[in-house]
Amino acid sequence: MAVGAEAIFGNSVITTKLDSAISWARESSMWPYVFGTACCAIEFMSVASSQYDISRFGAEVVRFSPRQADLMIVAGTISYKQAPVLKRIYDQMTEPKWVISAGACACSGGFYDNYTTVQGIDSIIPVDVYIAGCPPRPEAFLDALIKIQELQAKKESIIKDRVVKNFKGKLDDSKKL
Amino acid sequence: MTVKNFKTLFENRYFIEDSGAFIVEKSNILDALHVIKNRDNYTLLLDMTAVDYLKKDSSKARFAVIYILRHSDFSQILMLKVYLDATLTLPSVTSLFKSANWAEREIWDQYGIQFQNHPNLKRILNHKEFIGHPLCKDYPITQGQLCTKTDDLMDEMTPLLKSKGYENFEDLMFLNLGPAHPASHGTIRNFVALEGETIVSTVSEIGYLHRGFEKSCENHTYNQIIPYTDRLNYCSAILNNIAFAHTVEGMLGVEIPQRAQYIRVIIGELSRAIDHLVCLAAMLVDMGALTNYWYLYNPRESVYTLLSKLTGARLTNSYMRIGGVSRDFYEGFEEDLRYSLKDIQKGVGDTLKLIAHNRIFHDRTQNVGIIKKDEALNRGITGPNLRACGIAYDLRVAKPYYGYDTFDFNIPIGSTGDVYDRMMVRFEEIEQSIYIIKQAMKRIPKGDIMLNNHSIALPSKQSVYTSIEGVMNQFKLIYEGVKVPSKEYYDAIEGANGELGFFIVSDGSGTPYKVKVRPPCFYAMSALPSMIEGGMIADAVLSLGSLNIIAGELDR
Ligand code: SF4
Repeated sequence: MAVGAEAIFGNSVITTKLDSAISWARESSMWPYVFGTACCAIEFMSVASSQYDISRFGAEVVRFSPRQADLMIVAGTISYKQAPVLKRIYDQMTEPKWVISAGACACSGGFYDNYTTVQGIDSIIPVDVYIAGCPPRPEAFLDALIKIQELQAKKESIIKDRVVKNFKGKLDDSKKL
Repeated sequence: MTVKNFKTLFENRYFIEDSGAFIVEKSNILDALHVIKNRDNYTLLLDMTAVDYLKKDSSKARFAVIYILRHSDFSQILMLKVYLDATLTLPSVTSLFKSANWAEREIWDQYGIQFQNHPNLKRILNHKEFIGHPLCKDYPITQGQLCTKTDDLMDEMTPLLKSKGYENFEDLMFLNLGPAHPASHGTIRNFVALEGETIVSTVSEIGYLHRGFEKSCENHTYNQIIPYTDRLNYCSAILNNIAFAHTVEGMLGVEIPQRAQYIRVIIGELSRAIDHLVCLAAMLVDMGALTNYWYLYNPRESVYTLLSKLTGARLTNSYMRIGGVSRDFYEGFEEDLRYSLKDIQKGVGDTLKLIAHNRIFHDRTQNVGIIKKDEALNRGITGPNLRACGIAYDLRVAKPYYGYDTFDFNIPIGSTGDVYDRMMVRFEEIEQSIYIIKQAMKRIPKGDIMLNNHSIALPSKQSVYTSIEGVMNQFKLIYEGVKVPSKEYYDAIEGANGELGFFIVSDGSGTPYKVKVRPPCFYAMSALPSMIEGGMIADAVLSLGSLNIIAGELDR
């Protein structure tokens, strides 16, 4: 016996736009790659565990291979030493891909305004959504995820290229500091 | 017959500074350390650091290097200091203490002091393309330097393999574990050479989370540094707060009120318990035992709830102040605490039911990643990792503070020093911490939570809003900071990962002249290559996890 949608719709046909169908599928199954380096990554552990449970939003399949992920969550401080690694991993992710910059450090260097810390990862890779906080509460991570889902639903189209072509980070052209 | 110890053998060749440090000549340092280690039994080289006196008093010399050692009775410490001449060189002491290896590299990296005969003197925290030495007083704090390429580490790997008899490397496979690897727990990089699945040699690279803690401290007042200390070992932020505040209070020569001491014990032990929880949870995930992750991690959530009610933050609590704690327990705290403790015990109990008699667990952890007693001491390992080797060194007992000597608790120790021992020691320490908390909750006295001293503690809001003295007092303390008399001072507490110490140089102002953390992870991490060589990759992952390396503290 059919249950759920099948029971209601039976043999009927639903028409929709291809874009909407694809966005709908994508948005409910983001595969995050967590670039966790510091304290913020510990908060991400909370996001992934039972109480906040990121799987309610379809993003619990945390991948540790950038090739299998479409959402990068940068949680933690990015030092100059780490920056080439971040860029390389970002480059390894296949399109379409999105980036969340979580926490004060990733967004702006946070209170590490010193010789070690990149003052905002958007000088290295393009960022879609920023989260404030040091560290952000787990709800803020979920909020950012919802924002990404909204972006997908509203802005994306398969005929539009998602690659950010005009982005130029500090490491793209190392002569320019 | 008199014992031939340092004082007799080096008569007239050393003198003692106000800080209590023994000053010796550069030419004597190796001999002096040799005697101090073998005759005076200061067998643990805790930490090494340098001071740049450029902006203080450089009449004697601009740079000095400081050695901090601990006696084999674990209660006494000894500081040795050498003033450097213009060549900025010193003989390396790696032949005596393996823990000096990374410590000397760090000093070279941060201060530009060279160590002769060091096996591998290269940068450790800053990247390869970095120019200059950032902790020198004339290096501008915000001058960042872009790194364009990651070090391939072959400069270390090639001689290592050659020394093991490998001439060409065609049959070997090279693999990077980290810095972005699920099992690297943050940002640690281990570059391994494999023959089949066996690791033949390893080079560890750290510094990917170097955040300039020490330089930032030199630019903030003492109370402003407390948030920075949160982010050293962020799994037990409050213990770092305590270690720092405790050291500064020692410099001020004050003792905080009884109630504040009890609060520090209670919340400190709670932090220790939840730190161990993360370590164990993550390790079991690495082992493929995911269920235990939920069992062990979820109790952390209930502790977070308690901590956010108490301190206003879940993770980075900044709960301590110089001179006490920032807030007293709230109404209903006791009940929340009881609930949290029960939760922790349940999580631990459920996990142990799954693993304690589990053959797979035993096979994966027993006799894996062994480190022997003497080796561990020589490498400066402390805390649960040392206790797992069978040495019952715990600062709470060796040199009790906050009345730890009045509590009844045991120090669990292991026997082989393998992954299994390290895990089981942590499981048992959680139990012991809970036991301490329960005793402390019964005995906690009423009273102040901050020192009643206007030059240290902030005035009450009531007096700030209603009196000019209050306003002025508040303004001066916030703006100038707590004034700490000019001193060089080291003190430590038992952190979750071992001896967590601070070496602080003050100049009488509200901002420290220099702050050096003695991070327990740093020394544990330097032992990793010797633990994993000859083993399998899968075992290396467990060995790393069992040391509980927290990058924030490792790289600072
Ligand atoms: S934003 Fe705060 S919590 Fe997050 S990594 Fe930076 S210091 Fe840590």
